[in-house]
Amino acid sequence: MSTLTTAAYLVSSVLFILSLRGLSHPSTARRGNFLGILGMTIAIVTTLSNPGVLSYKEIGIAFLIGGLIGTSIAVKIQMTALPQLVAAFHSLVGLAAVFVAASAYYNPSAFNIGAVGSIPMGSLIEMSIGTAIGAVTFTGSIIAFGKLQGFVSGNPLVFKGQHFINLLLGLGIIALIVKFCIDQNQELFWLIVFASFVIGVLLIVPIGGADMPVIVSMLNSYSGWAAAGIGFTLSNNLLIITGALVGSSGAILSYIMCKGMNRSFLNVLLGGFGGEQAASAGGVKDDRQAKQGNAADAAFMMKNSKTIIIVPGYGMAVAQAQHALREMGDLLKAAGAEVRYAIHPVAGRMPGHMNVLLAEANVPYDEVLELDEINRDFSETDVAFVIGANDVTNPAAKTDKTSAIYGMPILDVENAGQVFFVKRGMASGYAGVQNELFFRDNTLMLFGDAKKVCEDIIKGLEN
Amino acid sequence: MSEISNQLESLSYKAQQIANEASQLASSVAETSGGHSDFIIFGITVLVLACFVGYYVVWSVTPALHSPLMGVTNAISSVIIVGALLAAGPVDSNISKYFGLVAVTLAAVNIFGGFVVTNRMLSMFKKKQ
Repeated sequence: MSTLTTAAYLVSSVLFILSLRGLSHPSTARRGNFLGILGMTIAIVTTLSNPGVLSYKEIGIAFLIGGLIGTSIAVKIQMTALPQLVAAFHSLVGLAAVFVAASAYYNPSAFNIGAVGSIPMGSLIEMSIGTAIGAVTFTGSIIAFGKLQGFVSGNPLVFKGQHFINLLLGLGIIALIVKFCIDQNQELFWLIVFASFVIGVLLIVPIGGADMPVIVSMLNSYSGWAAAGIGFTLSNNLLIITGALVGSSGAILSYIMCKGMNRSFLNVLLGGFGGEQAASAGGVKDDRQAKQGNAADAAFMMKNSKTIIIVPGYGMAVAQAQHALREMGDLLKAAGAEVRYAIHPVAGRMPGHMNVLLAEANVPYDEVLELDEINRDFSETDVAFVIGANDVTNPAAKTDKTSAIYGMPILDVENAGQVFFVKRGMASGYAGVQNELFFRDNTLMLFGDAKKVCEDIIKGLEN
Repeated sequence: MSEISNQLESLSYKAQQIANEASQLASSVAETSGGHSDFIIFGITVLVLACFVGYYVVWSVTPALHSPLMGVTNAISSVIIVGALLAAGPVDSNISKYFGLVAVTLAAVNIFGGFVVTNRMLSMFKKKQ
């Protein structure tokens, strides 16, 4: 690699770091994204000027096809479908890593790593690890995509001996890698790919739909490590640096999500949490009656309130209620109330999902606050309006040691003067736990579709 | 006396030969591995330092922008296109080149998709008027 090339790759690594740095505040974030694009452009142009790269026509066509597909998907996608889009994109990075590794195996001279059959041991180890991580990322992300999109049931798929099979497969892959590094046999290479595909599926099927934020972040991390692995094969620092950035980003996001649920990463990975099974097992019949209200009552009471905090959850995204919700908020503001939004770290199906949906509905970002920022304010708030969230508001997480969600940080909505709870029915949330809040004196249930309820309240406010 | 000096001479000649062979072997090893054994340690150094950079940079990202963060990291992880371009580069067509071209296409979907969708997300974040 010439000095100039190395320098250019260094520039793009720095641009990638600055690109992530830009995301520390919404006002600098767009510039950050632009720096990322610049870094990628430099990386691509530098590689194209490599003397070994000559087939510009074919590369141009491949790049154009990919670019058109990517752009048209990204322009059309609905913001509620972001989590599955990101999962789908991760799968592509994984698959690309597998193809690059396969290509390096069949034509090592293009990568300066010896000749067919005499690839040095170090390169073989890197190549096979990169391949395995890429392949796991590919199938794992496809399953995650299927669960988020609804192609595959969101319920955890658990069967006996599941973890034992995964363990065996994992050990098998390691054995295959060792054998491959000695024999350099092409059947072994494809066996590694195949076994990694299988384990990618098996790792994700036992994990329930609402744990997907953790999984999408984890796969984000994997796609980074796969890129870093290929970076070692190519002796390329840019790939290693970028891979490490992406890898640590995904790992930190997974950690934040796990902390938001007070569960260990291992507990999420082992799966079997939530879904219908948990709901039926934990759903002890409750004789208590929740008080039910209607949209007109809610409109009247909120109109006469000074401070209102809205707590959105995944149910708001499903009902596409964000625009109606913002309109309701605007009317309340016009009536003189202070309206703010409280976001729990695990609200939605990917980190920060609710913030994007509210931003899409034109809610200014300075009205949207995180759990730590707003939680103390509930006690001085007239009305808490919970829409499409459930477990994250359950006070049992603080008091009931036997509860599945004990210890999870929750939004203290019960401290507000009046709580409105928009919900389709009395069913328990993802964790399969009955919400204590429904039976409090200051809680009024508003049953119905989130969007419909908001629209009814808007009518009530306009009258 | 002369016998000993002869033996010494032949011994030193042999030593010279062994030294020559050793240096030849060393250089041929270095050639086949392309100085690779050195790179592993160097690469691991870079990897570890980059993880620290990543750690501090990512913790400074505001939680409100965690979705765009995933969009950007998704796009930049497609820097793997560097490997794909090298694979697709040679003029003569073989399986290796086709694998490279497929990887170029996949990475391009991601690069464009990732940056465009992130830009869409970020353009929606507005301050209170």
